[in-house]
Amino acid sequence: MSRLVISGNEAVALGVKLSRVQVVAAYPITPQTAIVEKIAEYVEKGELRAEFIRVESEHSAMAACIGAAAGGARAFTATSSQGLLYMSEMVFWAGGARLPIVMAVVTRALAPPWSIWCDHNDALSQRDSGWVQLWAESVQEVLDMTIQAFRVAEDEEVLLPVMVCLDGFILSHAYEPADIPEQSAVDSFLPEKKPAPYWLDPSKPAAYCTIAAPDTYMEFRYEMYRAMKNAERVIKEVDEEWCRLTGRSYGGLVDCYRCDDAEVAILLCGAWAGDAKEAVDILRRKGVKAGVVRLRATRPFPTEDLRAVVEGMDALAVVDRSLSPGLPSILWSEVRAALYDSVKRVYVKGFIAGLGGRDVTPGDFIRIVHSTLEGFRRGEPGEVEWIGLRGGESGHH
Amino acid sequence: MVTIKELTREEYWLPGNSSCPGCPAALGLRMLGKALEGKFVLVVPASCTTVIQGIYPATPSRVPLLNIAFAASASAASGLRAALRIRGLKVPVVVWAGDGGTADIGLQALSGAAERNEDILYICYDNEAYQNTGIQRSGATPYGAWTTTTPLGKREHKKDVPMIVAAHGVPYVATASIAYPLDFVEKVRKAASKSGFRYIHLHAPCPVGWRFPPSKTVEVGRLAVETGMWILYEIEDGVLRLTGRSRVLLDPSKRKPIEEYLRAQGRFSHLDERDVEELKRYVEARWRELKKLLEERGGCLR
Repeated sequence: MSRLVISGNEAVALGVKLSRVQVVAAYPITPQTAIVEKIAEYVEKGELRAEFIRVESEHSAMAACIGAAAGGARAFTATSSQGLLYMSEMVFWAGGARLPIVMAVVTRALAPPWSIWCDHNDALSQRDSGWVQLWAESVQEVLDMTIQAFRVAEDEEVLLPVMVCLDGFILSHAYEPADIPEQSAVDSFLPEKKPAPYWLDPSKPAAYCTIAAPDTYMEFRYEMYRAMKNAERVIKEVDEEWCRLTGRSYGGLVDCYRCDDAEVAILLCGAWAGDAKEAVDILRRKGVKAGVVRLRATRPFPTEDLRAVVEGMDALAVVDRSLSPGLPSILWSEVRAALYDSVKRVYVKGFIAGLGGRDVTPGDFIRIVHSTLEGFRRGEPGEVEWIGLRGGESGHH
Repeated sequence: MVTIKELTREEYWLPGNSSCPGCPAALGLRMLGKALEGKFVLVVPASCTTVIQGIYPATPSRVPLLNIAFAASASAASGLRAALRIRGLKVPVVVWAGDGGTADIGLQALSGAAERNEDILYICYDNEAYQNTGIQRSGATPYGAWTTTTPLGKREHKKDVPMIVAAHGVPYVATASIAYPLDFVEKVRKAASKSGFRYIHLHAPCPVGWRFPPSKTVEVGRLAVETGMWILYEIEDGVLRLTGRSRVLLDPSKRKPIEEYLRAQGRFSHLDERDVEELKRYVEARWRELKKLLEERGGCLR
């Protein structure tokens, strides 16, 4: 094992190399590009024995990964924002075809207006595609998660594609020290790729992705649904096994920070959990029993784990870095749905913050916690509040 | 020259599939299977061939087949090729796409794969419209043809996809017709013997969309070639030569009047004299270009 200072993007590339990926097909987009540049370098130098297909679009990147995975290879791509939306048709195809592809999504806001900065609307727009969606907080976790993603994807009880989501710039371009596992350790954790049971074997002719009439289509979808349920267990098992190998565990589907006795918690996903944790430390010093619930998976959505974690809490502040106009935010809605059947329902208030890369500080998170507690005490409805909006919600912008 | 007797009696695209009577795609797939004796894998984007496979769990294909989204066949085939190469499998990867999936929505992926010189064989079966969705015009629909989205006839000429592919400088490009199966088989075999990006554009008269009786598919296909509306050629390493019936048609007097081709199909029944003249002008111009290319440059495209 060695310790290196690397960026989030380099951590993905290293994870891909250590996972002995066989086919990479990719198209450049900021802030993802550095991942595939690094992989191209590994391939050219002979450090990674893989086919690198320099496709002409993201749609083709995912199509090529689908072809590669259907042909039995371990396939990878990476994208962001517009690229993810452009490939969306094939993202859904990969989910439906049950192909264990891994994709890094370096999260970035959607245009217009043009923005290259961090926001979660790109990844979350694909939440019904049949992909497992994992979210990292640190460079180390990005590296570990990339390797784990292949194990989850290729598990016979899962066989679904997996997205590793990391915040654009905040994580992709942040440099942190990371422990790099030995190749032999990764090889023992992630054995050589065996083709999925239904790979396109030239010696065993079969037709894939044909037309399913109404009397069979639903069963295909149900199998996908069940595989996603299985992923809940597999993600946790893989996290535990990784911990036995490296000593690092992240908590499976949900990473809880100072939650044991917490009366209020901030719930979010992504790298800004670090700022939320800092805010919680400050609040704790002032006597506020606060914690952080970081979703490591948005698909499968950790309904049961979440219910267990927030049991006994008074209030939850769900902070979304995404928008669903008319709803108005994604995690807020999903968390409320997940907790609806709780015996003692926790108060859930929503916040929209950090869209298009707007900075969110520990101070903002402290205000978020106070606003949540205030709403809880006053018995107000847990509506969604915009954070850091110039001129406020009723002002002119 | 391959003869029909040499072809295997084995069938790789089984009867009982869901194709319409007189379907040129089913004919073409049958010949493709025989040409390569079932030793290939197929990638099929959204097209009539999606439907004529029938409904899960049945399939008429005796070769492995991956269905894929409309715009994605050339790129999916690129990925599949890479995976099979890694697995040490040399079996040809063949795309079987319609003209919509080739000339229109799939053109970007096709161009990308051609430019990268991917080791795949791409076959476009060209029935000159979106026949599967109910006869809408495509970039490959000829001038004047009726479709449901050109009820008064298309005002633009057919997109010349084989020449667009040839402009990528790929090792092999050919045109073919389901009416000349041995010419097609020979081209498939020649293409399969090469590596890199190979392209065959297969003219495929569709009785439903072109409005002619299902028993006339081959006849209409022949008329297309005999009148010079469709030209059989191949381009090997940038050098074009006419093949089959088209070899003798450089002399305009050897070509049948195009009216014979037009009259055989309901889709041209509304054409007036000016439309016919425009089609004639277009066909003559294409032949003149080819004649010049062959006589002045020995068929050398660049």
